[in-house]
Amino acid sequence: MLSNTEKELIVQIWDKMIPVAEDIGSEALLRMFTTFPKTKTYFSHLDISPNSDHLRCHGKKIVQALADGARNISTLATTLAPLSRFHAYLLRIHPTNFKLLNHCILVTLACHMGDNFTPVAHAAIDKFLSAFSAVLAEKFR
Amino acid sequence: MVQWTAGERAAIQGVFAKLDYESVGLESLTRCLVVYPWTQRYFGGFGNLYNAEAIMANPKIAAHGTVVLKGLEKALKNMDNIKNTFTALSELHSEKLQVDPGNFQLLADCLTVVLARRMTTDFTPDIQAAWQKFLSVVISALRRQYY
Repeated sequence: MLSNTEKELIVQIWDKMIPVAEDIGSEALLRMFTTFPKTKTYFSHLDISPNSDHLRCHGKKIVQALADGARNISTLATTLAPLSRFHAYLLRIHPTNFKLLNHCILVTLACHMGDNFTPVAHAAIDKFLSAFSAVLAEKFR
Repeated sequence: MVQWTAGERAAIQGVFAKLDYESVGLESLTRCLVVYPWTQRYFGGFGNLYNAEAIMANPKIAAHGTVVLKGLEKALKNMDNIKNTFTALSELHSEKLQVDPGNFQLLADCLTVVLARRMTTDFTPDIQAAWQKFLSVVISALRRQYY
């Protein structure tokens, strides 16, 4: 459960990510593909080599969706309904993979946020990413 | 047996070379106890764990963080035989400490995040991959004596 302080912290953090959405998103994806090669199986239709246009474009989409969720934490299920349907019925990603991307997002943020990545911020982001993934996986069955 | 490429060995040794065991151990354990509060169940005798500041200032947590990192160093020094090197530690965690092995991954993830924070762009995706492979071998060795 996210406290009100944590919700505000999440909004602040993700608002700062919007201008660098491509960098952050593509780095998180690249980290995931490198550390957990099985995740590449979902991207055979894209060029996911480092710095490719596809990787940057896809990374940007993910960060923007997260920022959108951050601004609408109290209504995550409604806000993410289309994405939720997309992940359940079209993408059909094995649910364990959400944790892998979440971890790589955290690692990327840790690399770039410096001192702002306090234990409290770390906890809040981890909770937010779990809640976000839970909504995305909601319609799986 | 685990196969390590020359690149992976170099990456892992490189990470250890820059590692300050005391401060990385303390910060990793603190983050684990804060981000995954249920792990505090194993630290009942450690004193004040009330919030992140208290945990970071707790000398028992600091001491334990160093113990954990020294354990990882043992794995580094025996990279081709981590499984057997960790038999006693595995028994300790399962029989005596009775730690749910699911929690090993949580501490490992916090350790990875701490390294990312300190090494920033030096913690490249390739180095991260090698490092996480190393940690997963350690975790697997720690899980072996659970039955």
